[in-house]
Amino acid sequence: MSAATVTPETRPAGDDARIPLRGHLRHTGALVRRNLLWIRQDPESMADALLMPVIFTLLFVFVFGGSIGQALGGGQDRYVQYVIPGMIAMMSMTLSQGVGTGFSQDFNSGVMDRFRSLPIGRGSVLFAKISVELLRMLFATAVLMVVSVLVGFEINHWAGLFAAVALSTVFASSIMWVFLTLGVVMKSAQSVQAMGFLVLFPLQFGSSIFAPPTSMPGWLQTFTDYNPLSTLADAARGLMVGGPVAHDLWVTLGWSALITAVMAPVAIHKFRTKT
Amino acid sequence: MKRNDNTPGGASGAVSVRGMVKHYGETKALDGVDLEVREGTVMGVLGPNGAGKTTLVRILSTLLTPDSGQATVAGYDVVRQPRQLRRVIGLTGQYASVDEKLPGWENLYLIGRLLDLPRKEARRRADELLERFSLTEAAKRPASTYSGGMRRRLDLAASMIGRPAVLFLDEPTTGLDPRTRNEVWDEVKAMVGDGVTVLLTTQYMEEAEQLASELTVVDRGKVIAGGGIDELKARVGGRTLRIRPADALELRPLAGYLDDLGITGLASTTVDAEAGTLLVPVLSDEQLTAIVGAVTARGVTLASITTELPSLDEVFLSLTGHRASAPQDAVPADDREEVAV
Repeated sequence: MSAATVTPETRPAGDDARIPLRGHLRHTGALVRRNLLWIRQDPESMADALLMPVIFTLLFVFVFGGSIGQALGGGQDRYVQYVIPGMIAMMSMTLSQGVGTGFSQDFNSGVMDRFRSLPIGRGSVLFAKISVELLRMLFATAVLMVVSVLVGFEINHWAGLFAAVALSTVFASSIMWVFLTLGVVMKSAQSVQAMGFLVLFPLQFGSSIFAPPTSMPGWLQTFTDYNPLSTLADAARGLMVGGPVAHDLWVTLGWSALITAVMAPVAIHKFRTKT
Repeated sequence: MKRNDNTPGGASGAVSVRGMVKHYGETKALDGVDLEVREGTVMGVLGPNGAGKTTLVRILSTLLTPDSGQATVAGYDVVRQPRQLRRVIGLTGQYASVDEKLPGWENLYLIGRLLDLPRKEARRRADELLERFSLTEAAKRPASTYSGGMRRRLDLAASMIGRPAVLFLDEPTTGLDPRTRNEVWDEVKAMVGDGVTVLLTTQYMEEAEQLASELTVVDRGKVIAGGGIDELKARVGGRTLRIRPADALELRPLAGYLDDLGITGLASTTVDAEAGTLLVPVLSDEQLTAIVGAVTARGVTLASITTELPSLDEVFLSLTGHRASAPQDAVPADDREEVAV
């Protein structure tokens, strides 16, 4: 049943009509439109994508930037170059939560039952939601880049910037499976958010995103070394401002592949068998 | 892609259920249910909360897989042919719902597209159904701003997009005020007029009587009675005629008079002194007419006269000997088996 991970039906037997690829695309398109309409009806839902990059950038650059910059052998300017690539990594993780909370709402409101009573593949519902959340993430990244330039970030390598965004998108799409599982398993959108926070907080701050781990205690350094957010942040840093890339890039891709390989089947199974 | 309403495959009815079982741990949501709905008819499934009504609808609309048993809808097997089945059903329920954040029109258009209607046809169908369910003016407003009745109408419209052969209505009027409930009933009747087969679950005898031609009474996952609605009404003692004489002193003499005539239903006439009314059980329209005639002949002035259907509780009491609202453990398991018809 390996092919069945894409097509959603649990019952392969019988003369069950298959949905052609065009059908899947049509359904996914209609559902993407639905998710985009959500944003239009409720523009506040974009607030986190809009405000988070602004607030975090201002907070870290102006509150901690001076001190950490000194430790890096420069000042606030030095810190801006350090922290902005890390922010891209952070947002890829934080905004992935939307997949979980969105699905939790759909299941609780009965909308998912309506979809499931229609002759569509459940994968369409999944991919539509993931696409729209990735769009939101790209929007947040664009906002971040505008703010970062305003506080003095220098974009020296456009190609590096795009590569960093592409890498964080790859990582985000692996993390989305984790949040999707939470969204299906947990009872309410609030608990998905609370649980997400518990997972995100140590991963974000126990990483090289905001400060170099060199001054951290040994056990924490071990954690940050293996933390995929560190390798993603370091790879983004290398790509955007220069420095070694290869090792962090491969480790990040390795993590993405591993997380997807483990969590995608779990998420799809939970999603398919949820009643 | 117009579908016709011929049921493909099989001589069975529009909905056919055999030995359906679904357990949740210790709870037997469905414990061997058999059910047959003929094409073009409305089957009411009557039962209290927790009787298994929703579980049945969810299995028939492929949202749940049964533990054992068989079921077909429009000739399609619920387990083996879910995709074809989903093409020919509509579902409106307490659970399957519209997207509150989307405007009414967008909800219908979305479902049209998910049912593979071409864009133009999906647009046309959305306009048409909003018109039919009197929602055209609210087309652009998010469904979250709709009143309870508008929401249900949008739900019904959504389930009609694919011109379903079989429509599942899971407690369509629960939580609605009486006026709105009547509106929904009118819409359902109109849909039935179009030839749709309907399976309707309800907790209200009155709703079943309004909409259904046949009734299946379920309790604790089992079918405890079934048949034509009139037949069942007769079995549970039919209606109650509530007579209020203008002069309360007439109550007792009138009750004795009617009982002596021997034209009332199964039970004898009772006096509700507090309300100043006589409760007369009646089984048929003929009986009703005879009683009214007798009262008139006696020259009693009446302040009011109404007929009432038995409540769900009374139906259950007469069919099973226990009240519908009784908690699960109020009746020992052994007794339960005996009272099940």
